[in-house]
Amino acid sequence: MTAARPPPARPHIGIRASTTQFSSYSIVDWGEDDAWDSGSDEERSATAVSSGSSRNAKSPTSTAKTTPARVVPLPASNTSPVSLSSSYTHVNAPNPSSYPPVSAFPDEATRGKERAGWTVIRKTKDPEEDRARTIAEDDLESEMIVGEMDTDSLHDRPAETPESDVAPSLKIKATPKIRPEVQKIMNDPLHIVHMFQVTSRSNSPAPSSSGSHPVSRSKSSDTQSNATLMRERSLRTNRRHKFVQCLSKSEVNIAELRKLSWSGIPATLRPVAWPLLLGYLPLPTDLRNATLARKRSEYDSLVHVAFAKGREGLDQAIWHQIEIDVPRTRPGIPLWMCNSTQRCLERILYVWAIRHPASGYVQGINDLVTPFFEVFLSAYIDSDPKQFDPELLSPDILCAIEADSFWCLSRLLDGIQDNYIFAQPGIHRSVGRMAELVARIDPALAHHLQAQGVEFMQFAFRWMNCLLMREISVSNTIRMWDTYLAEGPDAFSQFHLYVCSAFLVKWSDKLKEMDFQGIIMFLQSLPTQDWTDHDVELLLSEAFLLNSVWHHAQSHFGGK
Amino acid sequence: MPPPHYDFLIKLLLIGDSGVGKSCLLLRFCDDAWTPSFITTIGIDFKIRTIELDGKRIKLQIWDTAGQERFRTITTAYYRGAMGILLVYDVTDERSFNNIRTWHANIEQHASEGVNKILIGNKSDWIEKKAVTEEQGRELANELGIKFLETSARVNENVEDAFFTLARDIKTRLIDSQPESTGQSSTGGGNDGAIRPGQTPAAPQSSCC
Repeated sequence: MTAARPPPARPHIGIRASTTQFSSYSIVDWGEDDAWDSGSDEERSATAVSSGSSRNAKSPTSTAKTTPARVVPLPASNTSPVSLSSSYTHVNAPNPSSYPPVSAFPDEATRGKERAGWTVIRKTKDPEEDRARTIAEDDLESEMIVGEMDTDSLHDRPAETPESDVAPSLKIKATPKIRPEVQKIMNDPLHIVHMFQVTSRSNSPAPSSSGSHPVSRSKSSDTQSNATLMRERSLRTNRRHKFVQCLSKSEVNIAELRKLSWSGIPATLRPVAWPLLLGYLPLPTDLRNATLARKRSEYDSLVHVAFAKGREGLDQAIWHQIEIDVPRTRPGIPLWMCNSTQRCLERILYVWAIRHPASGYVQGINDLVTPFFEVFLSAYIDSDPKQFDPELLSPDILCAIEADSFWCLSRLLDGIQDNYIFAQPGIHRSVGRMAELVARIDPALAHHLQAQGVEFMQFAFRWMNCLLMREISVSNTIRMWDTYLAEGPDAFSQFHLYVCSAFLVKWSDKLKEMDFQGIIMFLQSLPTQDWTDHDVELLLSEAFLLNSVWHHAQSHFGGK
Repeated sequence: MPPPHYDFLIKLLLIGDSGVGKSCLLLRFCDDAWTPSFITTIGIDFKIRTIELDGKRIKLQIWDTAGQERFRTITTAYYRGAMGILLVYDVTDERSFNNIRTWHANIEQHASEGVNKILIGNKSDWIEKKAVTEEQGRELANELGIKFLETSARVNENVEDAFFTLARDIKTRLIDSQPESTGQSSTGGGNDGAIRPGQTPAAPQSSCC
């Protein structure tokens, strides 16, 4: 279903069109590439001065504790994995039942630190899904096949269900599993590729061996579905193999990577593929680790500079907004209720905001951090990021996740900055174009909306401002971004417009039966809770078709 | 599309600083629910509740706005269609109280003349953090010439009162004053419920056909 297409003919994903002088930079300049960033020069020079020592100063014991402790209003003595922040909306409030903290700490403590487990409450609605999950879990343990199907099916939004929907009877305790090779993964992202290269080789005749387990477990009535399962798994194994080959080259062929990524990136390889697609990591392997180390230490310095004067030295308006929004980011998801995650998010948002004074922090940007953070976190653990307390990781690893998330967020936002500057012209333009496009591709729907007095701005504003993250799950978003990143730097403004149009038209039949109130209410809470990657891929394919047909026909749009 | 089961449609708007609890007030009023960490509002949101006032069924169409300054361009576009506006501040956040004058000035600039207003000091249950006294709130309301209530969406205090008070004022101003508004039920109005930019809230539109 997903359309294969030649990768976009953009010279290099990491280089902005506006900074043309970059094309003349030698390859050694990789990593100095945040000149495109609108951070001021003073900040950059201040950074350069302090960056050398900052990384060293941040020994594993002092990192993340020292810096934030000075600037963050909350007491550092927070021992609860679900630390409710100082926001009114949290204090005095009972813990939402969907994420009760578990006080029992499992024995397998790493580095002598206490560990916390999460109690995951799942919906009882779907026994089929639970059974499938059990199989997947067993496979995971017995065969060490760690792939996108396993992780995704295991961990797909169990906790995102509203608390009213979950039955307390079915509790699965997700034990956090940190990969033993975390330090290697941190220093060399390619390590994760090698890890799975080995895995996939040892399981190379994967279809047969992996298929045997479910078959032996199930009765003949399941043979058909097992065959399908095996075929899908075989396809996935092949795809992963292609990715591994592509990513293992001494210089990654970006065109090839984009082409592969358009149809989805295996979950385990995303932490490598995304930074390459975004231009955060250089394509030549031998430059990668040094660049990564430099960018991370640079981010450390940015944090130091930004928070150097303590809380009083912060931009109060920006800080206030971030402070009240962080606890409201992905409410109910254990990862985002953790003290350590929230402190990371605060720093990422604040540093980005002060480096981009034209926009500052705008609500919705907090949502955009979450896919990056979850993807980068997933590199270091063997369990669901959404259920994980990053406090369990060593501080230097958490810092790396934070820094990588920051730089990738910066890259993404760079392409959609006019969505967030004064009067948000980017959003107004996109919503206007979307309305024109829908009027052409589905005139009946457009007419009905107009007749009912529904304006696109009333619902599509949010679709643009949060890149549909309020409409679909984070897992869905992550899959969607595979394609966006493969499309190129302006996909988050251009291609997204077609995705939004396809998304609206998807509900056309229902919407045409509704009146004003029904339409607005329906579009505020769309029934996408059960969406799988397949639904996202269908949407992306439809958007691709729209894009192919209409993108070069913009002159027909409303005389523009 | 079933015919509307209400006599009158009243359009309300919630404004105020980010994080003062606008969405929580709306959630309490419309769904009688509360959540400790409500996701931020982006742009505008919308809920409805039908109430009964003096034997009339009145549908309240309530628009919830994002409080952040950056969204002001989109949110002010919806002022003009509103018949009543709830100006909300957080009693534990003095800054949000001080900004009420700015919000009020925005109303004067963008909303229709004569629009009904009410000042709401939310989070009144959080006594130990209280930074704005009830007296301060009342004084400001008097100065602005509008009604005032302290509310708590969390413990459901005065939330009904706030919306009912405003709805009653609007009914008095727009509906009761019309000679032809007695006794008849609305059959239309179902297909034009939007608060739209530039729209003047025509009283007849909200009253009976």
